[in-house]
Amino acid sequence: MIFSSRPSPAAAGQAAGHSGASRREWLRLLYPIALAAAASMMLFVLFTDSTEQAGERLSILATLGKWTPLLAQGFLLNLIIVTLAMATGTLYGICLGLLASSHVALFQRIVWILVQFFRNTPTLVLLFLAAYMLPSSMHILGVEVSFPDWVKAVIGFSLKVMANVAEIVRGAIQSVPGAQWEAAESLAFRRSQIFWRIILPQCYKRMLPPWMNLYGVTFTATPLAAILGVNEVLGYTLMALGAESRFDLVVPMYLYVLCWFYLFAHPVTRLTQILERRFALIG
Amino acid sequence: MDSFWLLFRRLYDSTGFNLPFLYDGFERSRFFAGIGTSASLIITCIAGSLLLGVIGAHVKIFWPRAGKVAVDPIVNLFRNTPPIIQLYFFYFAIGGLLPKVVTAGGGEAPIIGAFGLTVISLTIYTTAFNIESLRAGIEAVPATMVEAAEALGCTSWQIYCRILLPLGFRFSLPSLTNNLVDLVKQTSLAYAIAVPEILYVSTQIMADQFNVTETMITLLVVYTALVSIVVVAMRLIERALAMPGYER
Repeated sequence: MIFSSRPSPAAAGQAAGHSGASRREWLRLLYPIALAAAASMMLFVLFTDSTEQAGERLSILATLGKWTPLLAQGFLLNLIIVTLAMATGTLYGICLGLLASSHVALFQRIVWILVQFFRNTPTLVLLFLAAYMLPSSMHILGVEVSFPDWVKAVIGFSLKVMANVAEIVRGAIQSVPGAQWEAAESLAFRRSQIFWRIILPQCYKRMLPPWMNLYGVTFTATPLAAILGVNEVLGYTLMALGAESRFDLVVPMYLYVLCWFYLFAHPVTRLTQILERRFALIG
Repeated sequence: MDSFWLLFRRLYDSTGFNLPFLYDGFERSRFFAGIGTSASLIITCIAGSLLLGVIGAHVKIFWPRAGKVAVDPIVNLFRNTPPIIQLYFFYFAIGGLLPKVVTAGGGEAPIIGAFGLTVISLTIYTTAFNIESLRAGIEAVPATMVEAAEALGCTSWQIYCRILLPLGFRFSLPSLTNNLVDLVKQTSLAYAIAVPEILYVSTQIMADQFNVTETMITLLVVYTALVSIVVVAMRLIERALAMPGYER
């Protein structure tokens, strides 16, 4: 009786890969936003009752609209931060991951220690690490390079990305059966050829879903930069709430910002799940 | 014991590596109080999120329609939005709505303080991930097991409690470990609303003692240790619950 309502895993995989269900997918995507909007409306009604004396005040929606350009500006910085952090972190992470899968034991050990520390530490601690340990400006080849807070935030996030990418790369390379090395060797491939032409092409597919997952996690971590004083969307939200100093605005404002993040993070999560299933079927 | 702590004083005198939270009595007490606060945050949230996760997975498996309407949106919302904004939402918005009580100092404070609201926020956040892990684990239980139980006349409740949950829990342990490790790291967010957990205490010590490098390294070690404890504990549970024929 329980099982009658439960699709088999194979059927679930097919359904997810099928694009016919896309309308339902979209509805499911929008449902939480509708829920959040309904909740904020409900709370709004609750509050306007208790805090009368409206009159010259703008309505909640108009106030949110008034602050939207500023919030959008902050949100753009969130997008820039996550893009730069993913780019630099991935670059260094791939290098570390390749080092970790080399046959030199010393490299493996060093990378392992680095990766363990940076993976098991909260992002906030890494941000503090970057904020406190980096100088605010540095002389490189006689040129003064300054590190504004948002650049420090990018460095902090990229440390986290780096450690996770290193682990993803190492895991993907290890997941290719060792027999393939031997098989390729027997076909007289050089070591570098085996690595670049046979092992690595199989890894991309395995690395993509966890990498996208990492993107989602890093993206939803970007508002932490507000704690360092970076004026990204959370910083501006706090600023706007402070400027308005209206309690009835607090709930709608936070839900509004949450919706923005949701709209950018949820499609990536869905896509990751779909890719994971699709790649799992191929094997 | 005191002579042990004084070793770190001597370390500072000879090398300049300053760890005041080990040799200084006052700093040590607040440092370990911070670790204690972090640990109690972690333990409360783990317990709460596992309990709610089991309930959520139960709803999703037994009443799929109710799961789609009530559980999925909440899970999606909490999984795809920044935990720090969730925490601020709970602290500033929900905390402001709560009735006030008079504190011992004579001031007014919400009935649930910053610690309690952090627990609520992080519990819901982790529950969102645990529900998915448990559901996946339960769905991995072979259908023949359930059919066999049905043939023996078990009610659906008995099947859930005695077949699906014990087996599904075992299958979902690796992914639950991931979620709980993430939870340990997310407890550092409580810093943002001034819960005196380890990160908050460390920044205070740094401000007083100017030992940024040493404190930062200590933080890396402390968090790695906390994560390791959770990982080792989960691995012990996994080993204790392992069934012959179902090893990974």
